[in-house]
Amino acid sequence: MGDFLWVIVLLPLIGAIATGLFGQKMSKAGVNFWALGSTGLSFLLAVIAFIELVLRPASERVIVNTVYSWIAAGDLNVNAGFLLDPLSGIWLLIVTGVGFLIHIYSTGYMSHDHSYWRFFCYLNLFMFSMLMLVMGDNYLLMFIGWEGVGLCSYLLIGYDYHRDAAATAGKKAFVMNRIGDFGFMLGMFLIFVTFGTLDYQTVFNNAHDKLAVGGAVATAITLLLFVGAVGKSAQIPLYTWLPDAMEGPTPVSALIHAATMVTAGVYMVCRSSVLFDMAPTSMAVVAVIGAATAIFAATIGLFQKDIKKVLAYSTVSQLGYMFMACGVGAYVAAAFHVMTHAFFKACLFLGSGSVIHAMSGEQNMEKMGGLKKHMPKTYWTFLISTLAIAGIFPFAGFFSKDEILYKTYASGNIVLWGIGAVAAGITAFYMFRAVFMTFHGTSRVEPEAMKHLHESPNVMTTPLIILAGLAAVGGFLGVPIIEGWNILHNFLGPVFEHGGTAHGPAEHGEHHLTTELMLMGVSIGIAVVGIAKAYIAYIKHPEITEKLYKMFKPIHTVIYNKYYVDELYDILIVKPTVATSRWVLHKLVDEIIIDGIVNGVGDFFVTLSSMVKKFQSGLLRDYALTMMLGALLFVSFYLWGGK
Amino acid sequence: MAELTLNHYLILSGVLFSIGVIGVLTRRNVIVVYMCIELMFNAANLMIIAFSNSLGDMTGHVFVFMVMAVAAAEAAVGLAIIIALYRNKKTVDVDEVNLLKG
Amino acid sequence: MDIVIPSISFSAIMPELVLLAVGILILLLDVFSEKHSGKLAYIAVGGVATALFFAMTPITDPSTTFAGLYSADRFTQFFKVIFLIGTGLTLLISEKYAKENNINHGEYYSLILFATVGMMFMAGGADLITIFMGVELMSICLYILAGYTRARMASNEASMKYFLLGAFASGFLLYGMGLIYGITGQTKLVKIAGAISANSDNMMVLVIGAGLMIVGFAFKLAAVPFHQWTPDVYQGAPIPVTAFMSSGPKAAALAAILRVLVEAMNFIQVDWIMWVSVLAIMTMTVGNIAALVQSDIKRMLAFSSISHAGYALVGVSAATSDGVSAVMFYMLVYTFMNIAAFGILALVAKANEQNTSIDAFKGLFRTNPVLAAVMTIMLFSLAGIPPMGGFMAKFYIFMSAVNAGHLGLVLVAVINSAIGAYYYIKVIVAIYFQENPEKPEPVKAGPSLVFALLVSVIAVFVLGLMPDCYLTIAGKALLPF
Repeated sequence: MGDFLWVIVLLPLIGAIATGLFGQKMSKAGVNFWALGSTGLSFLLAVIAFIELVLRPASERVIVNTVYSWIAAGDLNVNAGFLLDPLSGIWLLIVTGVGFLIHIYSTGYMSHDHSYWRFFCYLNLFMFSMLMLVMGDNYLLMFIGWEGVGLCSYLLIGYDYHRDAAATAGKKAFVMNRIGDFGFMLGMFLIFVTFGTLDYQTVFNNAHDKLAVGGAVATAITLLLFVGAVGKSAQIPLYTWLPDAMEGPTPVSALIHAATMVTAGVYMVCRSSVLFDMAPTSMAVVAVIGAATAIFAATIGLFQKDIKKVLAYSTVSQLGYMFMACGVGAYVAAAFHVMTHAFFKACLFLGSGSVIHAMSGEQNMEKMGGLKKHMPKTYWTFLISTLAIAGIFPFAGFFSKDEILYKTYASGNIVLWGIGAVAAGITAFYMFRAVFMTFHGTSRVEPEAMKHLHESPNVMTTPLIILAGLAAVGGFLGVPIIEGWNILHNFLGPVFEHGGTAHGPAEHGEHHLTTELMLMGVSIGIAVVGIAKAYIAYIKHPEITEKLYKMFKPIHTVIYNKYYVDELYDILIVKPTVATSRWVLHKLVDEIIIDGIVNGVGDFFVTLSSMVKKFQSGLLRDYALTMMLGALLFVSFYLWGGK
Repeated sequence: MAELTLNHYLILSGVLFSIGVIGVLTRRNVIVVYMCIELMFNAANLMIIAFSNSLGDMTGHVFVFMVMAVAAAEAAVGLAIIIALYRNKKTVDVDEVNLLKG
Repeated sequence: MDIVIPSISFSAIMPELVLLAVGILILLLDVFSEKHSGKLAYIAVGGVATALFFAMTPITDPSTTFAGLYSADRFTQFFKVIFLIGTGLTLLISEKYAKENNINHGEYYSLILFATVGMMFMAGGADLITIFMGVELMSICLYILAGYTRARMASNEASMKYFLLGAFASGFLLYGMGLIYGITGQTKLVKIAGAISANSDNMMVLVIGAGLMIVGFAFKLAAVPFHQWTPDVYQGAPIPVTAFMSSGPKAAALAAILRVLVEAMNFIQVDWIMWVSVLAIMTMTVGNIAALVQSDIKRMLAFSSISHAGYALVGVSAATSDGVSAVMFYMLVYTFMNIAAFGILALVAKANEQNTSIDAFKGLFRTNPVLAAVMTIMLFSLAGIPPMGGFMAKFYIFMSAVNAGHLGLVLVAVINSAIGAYYYIKVIVAIYFQENPEKPEPVKAGPSLVFALLVSVIAVFVLGLMPDCYLTIAGKALLPF
């Protein structure tokens, strides 16, 4: 069985070709038929395949569907084949499921667009590439999907090509991704040199024979692969393209820049867990970069005004969590968080899209406020997802984030745990800040926009509700504390168990019930504090402080003191953080250092190019001189080198 | 008087070739540049025929005849190209022909 | 005295004979029958198709014929197929261009066919004389073709530069051949190798000879530092001629380099691997970097073609059978994608090449979406983005070099392909993300161009998705290592 895996992958491509070639002449219904039909069918088949996988005994949960022998010449043999195992199964469901929901949503969101078909063509092309990436049974197929998703992301970011920023952002995303791809490609070559193949199963089965644990080759391969992951999953230092990528239409942000593509790096690390486990140095690098990104991006997210930018930085930060989990060997936790994150972040992005749609394109939260009563469905789904991302029990984010934090703690990395916990608190703060600024308080909506303010149509809110539902209950797949109840762990665990070397203690460590409970308490506590702070700062504080002051004059000192504490907090913590966030992190690190380096590399080559240009004088005699010097050099070099 | 040996021919050929190369690099008149290139060809021909004679092998002779035929064809084409250029540009100075550059 | 009549196999040179016959027929038709002038291109295409048929008839026992002057083996055949595909596509994209630019003469098509014959002799030559004749036949035709649009100053200049520098390079080539002949007393490649292994006196002169020969070929291949003519000539020549020059002759130069190095120079392999590696590094790097700031597409593609020659040289420097077959595959893919890109440029630039700058592509997506998509496919293929053939070709080259242990070389190559993507992307940005202020009318492609593009698109995808059968053919076409 499993012979139809290739159909799942191919269906979106058919949709893309149909809409791409004939879309211009099709009605919207026609485009919907092809685009939604193909992805819907793909999702259906994915569910069937997944069920088939689940029904198998745990030891046989690998379905390989070899389509044809792609390259068979010389030493290189690569099959075009697809692989379904628990790991790719999870991603398969996320990609097709969330992808399908976002397709539905887009029919509403993009309904006014003048080239509707083009959008769906790109979107389907993206789905195809992403499935290729996830389902391929060797590194080359993964690389092809990898390049493909980058390409589609580029096309979709630049979709509104009337906006200069969009085109620039597209280009930036492409260039940064190329840097990552470069690492991936080198890693792939190194794998080929070492193993003589690119096939996952052969590579992983032979890993212990061909590589030494902690050896230079293992470290080099994994670090190079991780460079690829850093580019694709927007980790330090290659993360600045992701916030810029928010120039693309919102459904694209939800699908590509939150739920699927950016998690490709996590997938790759999980997929190569055998190799990563053999390279403790690389693991440490992964964990540290993950943790650093988690806190770094969270602090930048603190005071962004653009609702999509907030979500973008939060995505970068959440991806950091996932890598931190990978880095301590908690691959299951990472995959779990990818899943829950796909639910709540897609929901958040679509919710913000719903808001932006209602606000006639306004993205600045300072011009929102009080939208709760105008768009209740959007509000409630957005709130649920925010609770999920903040890590409040029993929403999905609680379970996955808690598992990551616990595994990090259990692996002995107290510092990383601390960073993760603080980042969680900051996340809770700025996410609720976004909720309060957008939906609560007094309306700061411009009168013109006010007239058009409306709840989005059902075609947009239904996906929101489904995703919010998943964000609410999805966490129960990975119930902690009680051994054996963690369905996801039982399902995914075997994928990461291999010959037991240097596996992080996280997967095998003793389960310390009390520690875990305590940690849960701490993380919920931090989240609640974060939410409360946001509440005080953005809702309660302005009016209530004043009212209380008037009503209870006798105890005004207490209030005053509270106020004073807040002020103190404001001066000592918030103000410096804001300043750091805005000036040091955002302006200095983000825009000057990192963009500076990226642009600097570009400028360097452009300068070099201009120099070569001058050398090309157009004069025949100069050319002849170069040739003669070349010939002289050639001959003399030849003689020295050979003799 | 010493006899002419292979080495004499080779040295002459080398000198002629060098003169040709230097001429290409220094002269500005297209015709002269082309004559210098012809000089390079003929230096090579001289060398080949000298080798052929010293080896007692006829292949070199054939080679040289072929090269002469090629050089003649090249001269015909080359002069035509120079005339076409002159018609448009009214110059045969290679330094003035640098519309394409950069 | 006995006269032994050497074995002569006309079937081995059937494609050449067909092309020559058709070339002469076209010349005659053009002179004696004016009413055929509209069909000359198609007659030439018919000739190419016939030649392709003969070139594809497999040779079962590789041998040399014409008294050892010409190799009839699969290596020659594979390259003949590449040349013929290049020529065929060039003729197809020329058809409309020639009519619009008043160069629809018999000579134009005949010269293209004759140049192809020259390339075939370069690939098939088993003797220095044959190879030299091939080089010159090809070059002389190209000198004329580069200046074919006589009224355009740029075309004159291109022709003049190409001619003088080409002849200059031929001088080096000939002198190198002469030295090798003098030291070994042989002109046949196999016998040169035999003579060297038997007697290794005067190695220094021999190595100089080999070096000068490679200079000659490197010029035709446009390898750095013998590349400076390339951008100027490519920019000045008529677009279809540029397309032609940038594919076939490059492949022919590679074929000649491979044959000479592998068949005759294997004894100094250490030397030439090192030199070819250096040449490859310089060629890739200079080609890519120079292309970055170009705003004229023809010039940009010229530098891009230099960098592609560099990638191919990476495969040569692997000096393994894998490397050789990778180079052959690369040239096949490159022929399709490069000529197709130039074909679209010829169309977009309009009559008399009014606008060959990147601006001509602005907003192409709005006016001609299908053409824009084809151009995108070709540019992505050139940039080496999967699943297009260009990726497979590069991948295979890099793999062969990795296998041969040239990790540093591959590192440079991979960095280069990362840089290289940038300037192709610039064109794509113009196509999709920029508006043309002049709001031009959609351009209309003639049937022959449409056919050429269709074939190229199919080929680029097929070669990318199912490369193994072609690689197997290329593998069988190997030279004995």
